[in-house]
Parts: sequence; structure tokens; C-alpha cells
Amino acid sequence: MPQEKEKSVMKALQKVKDPEIDSISIIELGMVKKVEVNGDSVLIELLPTFMGCPALDIIHKNVVDSIAELTSMKEIDVQFIYHPPWTSDRVSDEGRLRLKEFGIAPPPKRITETGEWHVDCPYCDSTYTTIENIFGPTACRSILYCKSCKNPFEAMKPVSTIM
Amino acid sequence: MVDVKPMNKDYQSSLISLLYQLADDDFILAYRGSEWLGLAPHIEEDVAFSSISQDTMGHAAMFYQLLSDLGEGDVDDLAHARPAKVRKNAILLEMVNGPGHYLSKPSYDWAFAVVRNYFYVQAKKVRMESLKNSSYDPLANAALKVNMELYYHLLHWKTWFVQLMQAGGEARKRMEDAIHRVWDDFAGVLSLGPLGKELATFKIIESENILKGKWKQSMKPVFDSVNLLMPEEFGTQSGDGRKGEHIKDLEDALLTLREVYQTDPAASW
Repeated sequence: MPQEKEKSVMKALQKVKDPEIDSISIIELGMVKKVEVNGDSVLIELLPTFMGCPALDIIHKNVVDSIAELTSMKEIDVQFIYHPPWTSDRVSDEGRLRLKEFGIAPPPKRITETGEWHVDCPYCDSTYTTIENIFGPTACRSILYCKSCKNPFEAMKPVSTIM
Repeated sequence: MVDVKPMNKDYQSSLISLLYQLADDDFILAYRGSEWLGLAPHIEEDVAFSSISQDTMGHAAMFYQLLSDLGEGDVDDLAHARPAKVRKNAILLEMVNGPGHYLSKPSYDWAFAVVRNYFYVQAKKVRMESLKNSSYDPLANAALKVNMELYYHLLHWKTWFVQLMQAGGEARKRMEDAIHRVWDDFAGVLSLGPLGKELATFKIIESENILKGKWKQSMKPVFDSVNLLMPEEFGTQSGDGRKGEHIKDLEDALLTLREVYQTDPAASW
């Protein structure tokens, strides 16, 4: 039985999307660290991507609302924790596809020792891209340009503890 | 948010003194950064600088949260309600961006922004590296997270610094003027305040001297590459912010930034 409850919570969490990238869920983003069901109460620990992210309050509210609507949980405790820190390799394979679908290149799978990284165009997969601005419209994104299909695009910034 | 175990009184007061410095430094510099919005040299810089300021305000919020967890009060009150005389930020960080106001005829100094931010972010980076090994776990965890975001901030300001220093002409001259202004008060940034010794003894953070050495060591190759000499000593010409000494610029900034908060201090922002 407890497993059923956990499943229903996970289902509800899958419905919670990034408020600014509505194709990807917070599970696929790798933000969900812990789900602990205890009778009718649930504790959820989330890892914020960037600390100044203004979407955190909205995500918090959406998680509570979704669980209240879709499960039988009576007590819902949602907490943001900083440890372990969120890193961009937490984005799942499914999440990488969802990002691309939205026109955002997924974070690079590896970063060189000098901190350099490379992303391919999410539209045409060309490798001929240039960085226009490491900082983008939100804290977790950068702005790039594809020299092949001549499209500007965004990429999720790599974030790693080796930096 | 976290259960804080009972701790030695002296340990706790040293820890709290450091957290106020970290929080207040980031809070006021993030505010100064936000005043540049729409005024940066080009639109990409506007995007970058506002993103950096947003991260920095996020760091301040997290340090205020750590203070709140230690019983220092509500985070919104810590950020907005405290008068200038109890704030512990370095004076260099509260100074206005330049003459004028962002709503009318701002004549802000980009060289000063670049130098102040670059030197500060490197100092913050040195602190975060040290805090990763802090005896206070919640602070060590926070430092690891902040450090990852700082990587981008540092890269950004270093790029501006090197390019403007190598540009020669007016750019070089204005950068040098800004550097001299920053030297005059940079000791205030590197200071760990009156409880600096205790902080090192309790292994909350390394000593002020070690951190200062690390700052110089990380800056030396960059200075060499642009033909700039590292001064022997830095000043606290405008006073010691770590002791609650401040200039009028901070009062004015607080009046503006707490305007909305004061319309309803009980509201949740």
C-alpha cells in the first residue's frame, strides 16, 4: 500500500512543470531529491537549480496544489534544500529530450578541465554554434547562435561542483 | 528550516557575525547592480548583469535564512528592517554607482562597476572555497552551491576587466582611477570583522591573512597580464563597515529599497 501512495505522489510531481519551460517536469529536471510518505503526510525535498531563481515560490505552490489535488495526502511539506547542490547532470535523458523540444539545448554532458563546454544546435544538431551571452533570460540559461541554420537559441547552463 | 543543535555561545556569536557580513555584502551589492538595469553599456550586458545581481540577491537571501535558522529573526526583516548602523557590509559595496539617480540623469561609472565587482567576486570566491570546509555544515553546504554560480560571475567580470585594461587610452585611465578608489577601501571587503580571530580558531573560516594571501595569489597573474602592480596594503578610508560604520549612501539606498516593504511589513514577499 505505501508504494501506491508514493506512486501517486510521483505522478502528481510529474505534472509540475518548470514555470518557464513548460515541457519539462521538476522530476526530469532533477530537482526532486526525496519523497517520504508517512501515513497521510508527505515530505518532499527539492533542489533549487539557481538560488536566486524567482520561480521557486511558484514551484513550491504548484507542488503543494498538485499533490493536494491528485493524492490522498493530508499533510504536505515541501522544502528546498541546498545539499547536495543541484548540478546540470541531474537532468534526466527524458528531460534532455523535453528541453530540446522546447528549443533549449540540454546542458553538455561533459565539461573540459578548463571549464570549456560545447553545445549543438537544438534545431538542426549542427555543431557550428557560438555563445552570444553566457547569461540568458533566466539564471539557468545561456544564449547561443547556430551558424548553420542561422537560428539564435538557448542552452541550459552547465553547473558542476568541479567549477 | 533546519534544526540547529545547541552550540557554544562564543562559537555561535562568531558564526553569526560572519553570516551578517556575507549576507549584507551580497544584499547591498546586488541592489547596486540592479540600479544599472537599462543603463549597462549594451543590451547583452544588461541581461548578464541583472542575472548576476539576481543570483547575488539569492545568495543574500540564503545567508539571511541561515541567520534566521540561528534565531536571528525573520528573513524579510533581516533584509529590510535593519537600520544602517547595525549592517555589517563593507563600505566599498554601498557606494553609489556614480553621480545622479537611475530615474533621472544617471552618470554611472562603468569602470568602477567592473573593478568593484571583479575584486569583490574574487574575494567572495576565496571565502566560499574556504567555507566549503567550514566546521558549520549548513554554511559549508551553502558555500558549495554559491561557489558554482560564482564561476560564471567571475568569468564575466574578469573578461571586462582584462579587455578594458588592455584597451589603452581613456578606458585604461578610467580603469586606473577606479582601481585607486577601490584600493582605498578594499581592506574593508577583506576584513572578517572584530571576531576574525575567533572565526579562525573555531574553524568556521580560515584567517583573514590566509584569505588575503589567496586573493592576492589569484589576482597576481591577471594583474601581471595587464601590467598592474599589486599594492602592499589596502585601505579603509571611508570607515569600517564590519563595525557598523557607514556613509550616507547606505542610508539613501535603504530608504529606496525598503519603500515597498514598509507599506506592509507583515506581508509575505
